[in-house]
Amino acid sequence: MTDLPLTKNIDMSRAPFDIGQYRQAQGYDAVLRMLKDLAPSDVLEMVKNSGLKGRGGAGFPTGLKWSFVPSGDDAPKTKYLVVNADEMEPGTFKDRLLLEGDPHLLLEGMLIAAYTIQANTAYIFLRGEYLRAEKLLREAIAQAHEQGMLGKNIQGSGFDLEIILHTSAGRYICGEETALLNALEGKRANPRAKPPFPQVSGLWGKPTIVNNVETLCNLPGILRYGVDWYKALGKGGDAGTKLCGVSGRVNNPGCWELALGTPIRELLEDKAGGMCTGYELRAFLPGGGSTDFLLPEHLDLTLDYDVIGKAGSRLATGTMIVLDDQTCPVGMVGNLMRFFSHESCGWCTPCRDGLPWIDEIFQRLENGGGRADDLQVLTDHLEYLGPGRTFCALAPGAMAPLGSALRHFRDDFDAHIHSGGCPWRK
Amino acid sequence: MAKISVDGIEYEVNPANNLLQECLSQGLDLPYFCWHPCMGSVGACRQCAVKQYRNAEDKTGTVVMACMTPASDGSIISINDKQATDFRSHVIESLMISHPHDCPVCEEGGECHLQDMTQMSGHNYRRYDFKKVTHRNQDLGPFINHEMNRCIACYRCVRFYDDYAGGTDLAALGSHHHVYFGRHEEGTLENEFSGNLVEVCPTGVFTDKTFSAHYTRKWDLQTAPSICSGCGAGCNTTPGERYGTLRRVVNRYHHDLNGYFLCDRGRFGYDANNSTQRVVETLFRHLQDEGGESRKALTPIEGARQLDAMSSGELIGIGSPRASLESNLALRQRVGPQNFFSGMSDAQLSCANEVIALLQEPGLNCPDIRSVEQSDCVLVVCEDITNTSARIALAVRQATRNAAAAMAQSARIPLWQDAAVRELAQHSRSPLIILSPQGTRLDDVASDTFLGTVEQQIAFVEGIAHAIDADSPASNSSSSVDAQAASIAKRLCAAARPCIVSGISAESLDLIKATGNLARALREHRQRQSEEKPLVDLCFAMPEANTMGLALLMREGGGSLSSALSILAKGTADAAIVLENDLYRRATTDAIDAALAGNTPLIAIDQLHNAFNAKAHLLLPATSMAEQGGTWVNYEGRAQHSYQVFQPESKIRASYEWLVPSNPVSGPTVHGDTLLQELVGESASYAPLLELLSSRTGVAALMKSPRQSHRYSGRTAMHANEHVHETKQAQDPHSPLSFSMEGMLLQKDASLLSAAWAPAWNSNQAISKFQEEINGELKQGNKGVHLLTRDGAQRPYKKVEYVPEEGMAKYFIDQLFGSEEISAASPAIQARAVPAYVCISHELAQSIGVQQHGLLRLSTNRYSVELPVLIRDRIAAQCVGIYCGGEVSRADLAGKLSVEAVPQDSNVLASSRAMFSNLVISDTLPREG
Repeated sequence: MTDLPLTKNIDMSRAPFDIGQYRQAQGYDAVLRMLKDLAPSDVLEMVKNSGLKGRGGAGFPTGLKWSFVPSGDDAPKTKYLVVNADEMEPGTFKDRLLLEGDPHLLLEGMLIAAYTIQANTAYIFLRGEYLRAEKLLREAIAQAHEQGMLGKNIQGSGFDLEIILHTSAGRYICGEETALLNALEGKRANPRAKPPFPQVSGLWGKPTIVNNVETLCNLPGILRYGVDWYKALGKGGDAGTKLCGVSGRVNNPGCWELALGTPIRELLEDKAGGMCTGYELRAFLPGGGSTDFLLPEHLDLTLDYDVIGKAGSRLATGTMIVLDDQTCPVGMVGNLMRFFSHESCGWCTPCRDGLPWIDEIFQRLENGGGRADDLQVLTDHLEYLGPGRTFCALAPGAMAPLGSALRHFRDDFDAHIHSGGCPWRK
Repeated sequence: MAKISVDGIEYEVNPANNLLQECLSQGLDLPYFCWHPCMGSVGACRQCAVKQYRNAEDKTGTVVMACMTPASDGSIISINDKQATDFRSHVIESLMISHPHDCPVCEEGGECHLQDMTQMSGHNYRRYDFKKVTHRNQDLGPFINHEMNRCIACYRCVRFYDDYAGGTDLAALGSHHHVYFGRHEEGTLENEFSGNLVEVCPTGVFTDKTFSAHYTRKWDLQTAPSICSGCGAGCNTTPGERYGTLRRVVNRYHHDLNGYFLCDRGRFGYDANNSTQRVVETLFRHLQDEGGESRKALTPIEGARQLDAMSSGELIGIGSPRASLESNLALRQRVGPQNFFSGMSDAQLSCANEVIALLQEPGLNCPDIRSVEQSDCVLVVCEDITNTSARIALAVRQATRNAAAAMAQSARIPLWQDAAVRELAQHSRSPLIILSPQGTRLDDVASDTFLGTVEQQIAFVEGIAHAIDADSPASNSSSSVDAQAASIAKRLCAAARPCIVSGISAESLDLIKATGNLARALREHRQRQSEEKPLVDLCFAMPEANTMGLALLMREGGGSLSSALSILAKGTADAAIVLENDLYRRATTDAIDAALAGNTPLIAIDQLHNAFNAKAHLLLPATSMAEQGGTWVNYEGRAQHSYQVFQPESKIRASYEWLVPSNPVSGPTVHGDTLLQELVGESASYAPLLELLSSRTGVAALMKSPRQSHRYSGRTAMHANEHVHETKQAQDPHSPLSFSMEGMLLQKDASLLSAAWAPAWNSNQAISKFQEEINGELKQGNKGVHLLTRDGAQRPYKKVEYVPEEGMAKYFIDQLFGSEEISAASPAIQARAVPAYVCISHELAQSIGVQQHGLLRLSTNRYSVELPVLIRDRIAAQCVGIYCGGEVSRADLAGKLSVEAVPQDSNVLASSRAMFSNLVISDTLPREG
């Protein structure tokens, strides 16, 4: 039993466990038992009951997602599991910790997921810049093959799984699961229309599950220690633990595994060591670049999907970006807008042509040409690029920090207009 | 049927469609860009947003994209809702932020979907005041202009060009707001349907380069419903004229035939009308003047008199498959049916006759182009349809998507979800089997290909037929292909709607007989399998606009071309009239020269100067398709009428007008309609023509429909440099159209629209206002009448007595750009055409000792020609493919052929290499399904 099922094997001061060390630490035990004793439907039931939610950002219940995959005799024979390891959300570096710290944990999670949906081929779609992760994953896959944990007839169970590592050519939009599938098929990384969902028509038109790295890494623990143990890990409404990161002007930026339901203050003050001397906390993005700003008054909220949702933001990737009192919030949001504008795939009009306009306005604010009606244009875009208006969630995600910044930091925007540029630069 | 409510009004709609399509079907105005009636929805532009309510109590509603939302029963939506309207105006605002202010100089202006939708969405002031995104444009070849700065990134171009038409050299490049639609490098757009980009693009990114050369606004064009003269498919077109020259051709929607798309020959071949090759005045040379003397010009009245003077006594007439039914009838009437001879080669005529007999057989059905699209298994037999009847090839390409449609249906994905259906199906396609001597442009979607000489293909077709029905004549094919034939037979038998597509280009009667046997075998099989006696779709592409019309007419009597030539050679006739025909393209040079040596006074009527009419004593200038009204019979036996778009220069007349009795002052005294009526009296099989005639005269009694738009400008000033009086407008008593801007646009019969236009809809997309429903039939539109009925006898199998070809096996190649005589005179088509060449396989090249782009001498016992060689990967091994272009006579090379390499220097190699750079071929193997 452990409280830290995701990171118990991780020690970044040494190389990650090879398969021997991993198995010594009870690694792959869950898989061996699953292959021996559990039917796919049993595993699905466990995952459903565990309350595991997707850790990629959207927080959708994993078991429910899997249950949409056609099963039974009429179901298509070919199905795919795809791991979304294209970690590119601004401020987010949690999957990297797992990929570099314990690659076999991911492979074990993949085995469980693939067995459950009866997929015989799985892809890891890895961010191209994660060179170290690529090397470690290749080694881990080879080791797993050698020990009969991958390939044909795994451990005599009759279940086959091949894992193919694909390194991305690099676009943020590839983190959107259907754009990822297009990219994997060698097409332009434009998102696909939903419905049909990938569970029905995904990679190469076949039923496909796309899961985030961290989501899959939760599975070995659930199978090994059971649903009750997993649920008990969470301190609040959500089950399990979550990797949480902090970046910004804190004493000890980094990434830690915390029980869901832990107060944000504990993350910021205990783990990240609080603000650097001379800096005050002004606001923070709780779950990466596409979440709404929260304020110091929200520090006592707990890290729970619903709790943060009610406060008007999202837990999303769980990686917090801290805004201090000596950094220009307009500049910070402008930087994000530039990123999202550049990463738009160019498919739908509001995102493709709306974000660059926003970006231009931020540059003008920065350079002193800002005008009062610029803020009106920004405000107009909040609805225009809002949820349901665009083809995918990229632009609505970009509107989260913008909208909350316009609410919380209106004075700073006005100051840019009235003092002929960014007052923080002077 | 389902009921939906739009802004409080209930409509009956089809729930299988999306809300946008159904709103447009109801005549509602809802702006859109990325959706296309024929290409479905992808949800990219977000312009068609509406408000949808969950139920009657829901007052808040959600903004949804109409194109991505099914029109399910009980849907409650609002187009006028403020939030939806605001969103749409925001979309158009941001679509326009980098769009140039160049409407006044943009060729799309006045028929621009973007202009229309901008107005409809209520955007009139640009708040965006930053630098616009600009792009570099590409030279895309002789057909298409590229102005990327106007792009609004609707993705329609690539969806048409790549996804629909199978093109590979146009792509969406780059990303975010720098997305770019072009080629990977400058160069000619290779796809045979590139011209449709002009109409598919909602704004002026892709415009018609040939139109640019003599540009005028849409509203200044005089237009009328016309038919394409490029081949026998019978596609409907709208040509436009200004100042006496034909300016362009655009698509005219026909539900059963071309739908929304034309091929590039049909779109860009029109410029032959303005070519320097045009015969523009009557030319005459006395009989005693031999060759050297140039002919002198006559006035039309003198020309008509001269015609009368020459045509006394025993006259013979040679008809034309590219002349209207009226012109052929007038000639036949003038010379007498017994003296009327076919203007097709004997081989072509006998093939056409066999086709006609087949199409009349019960149980066989000649599909229209839309029906070809609906087949779930297509077999193409020895006809390179992409190069002979391209629009049919585009339909065959769509037919391969029926497997995707079936998969989508079982996965409950609506068919209008275009991207989703493609993603689901990936490379799953309905079977397409192609039998050909060389790789074709459809091979990329074929499930099976068989490369063989014509002879081998006949045996293979017999093998398939025999595998389907053992009663059909056995083939003498080798057992190695029998397995393939059997597997193809299985696919054909398994299909719900199999379709056999062939043609007469190979001019092989045996091939048509064998194909007919195959269709019969399939019919026998299907009739045994099903009580409903399902039909077998069988069609044959026809090379010219009226090949079928002439072949049908020849059944009423008349002789073959060779008998006409021998009469001429003997010199027994007093004169011969040759209608719109370059006979050097129809028979051997020897046979024509021998006929000319008979010294029979020769009268030719034609549009363009050619080798044959250069020899005529009297050459009368004939109108082009756009300059005359006429009736044309397409490959199905469908007679359609083309209306005169404009009156040509007074020296040029329609061929039939030269031939019917005429009054020296007022001109022809018999109208073409009278000729058709007389034909109906003569033969009951032409009775359907009466319906065609009444569809025109019925309307003519009411107010006429103008050929000019109500914005037609400068009417009284057009000729002010010549004279200041207002010219009397030309009269047109025999049609429902007037040469005027006055009158009432005919809404009653939408097939008579001179151009697609509706208030607020200035682009060709206005056609939706004239369809019964989106993609439906035109409102009360006349679709032409069928002259072929399935009332013939069910004939038994015909044993094909194939006489093996002597000498080197060969086949003749057709090119979309160059093979058809009239379009080949269009400068843009010429820029895409290649001179004559030969194709051979690597093995044959090696054994002959010729290298790539070297020269090969082709010899028969009478003729010899040296042609550059293209060594192809995919070509039947031991044969040569010959493309004749305009310069080599096909008939001359028809005999026993031998080939040998010609030594040549590097200059020759380089020049033929350059020549082949213009050629678009496909040597790719079919992709795995």
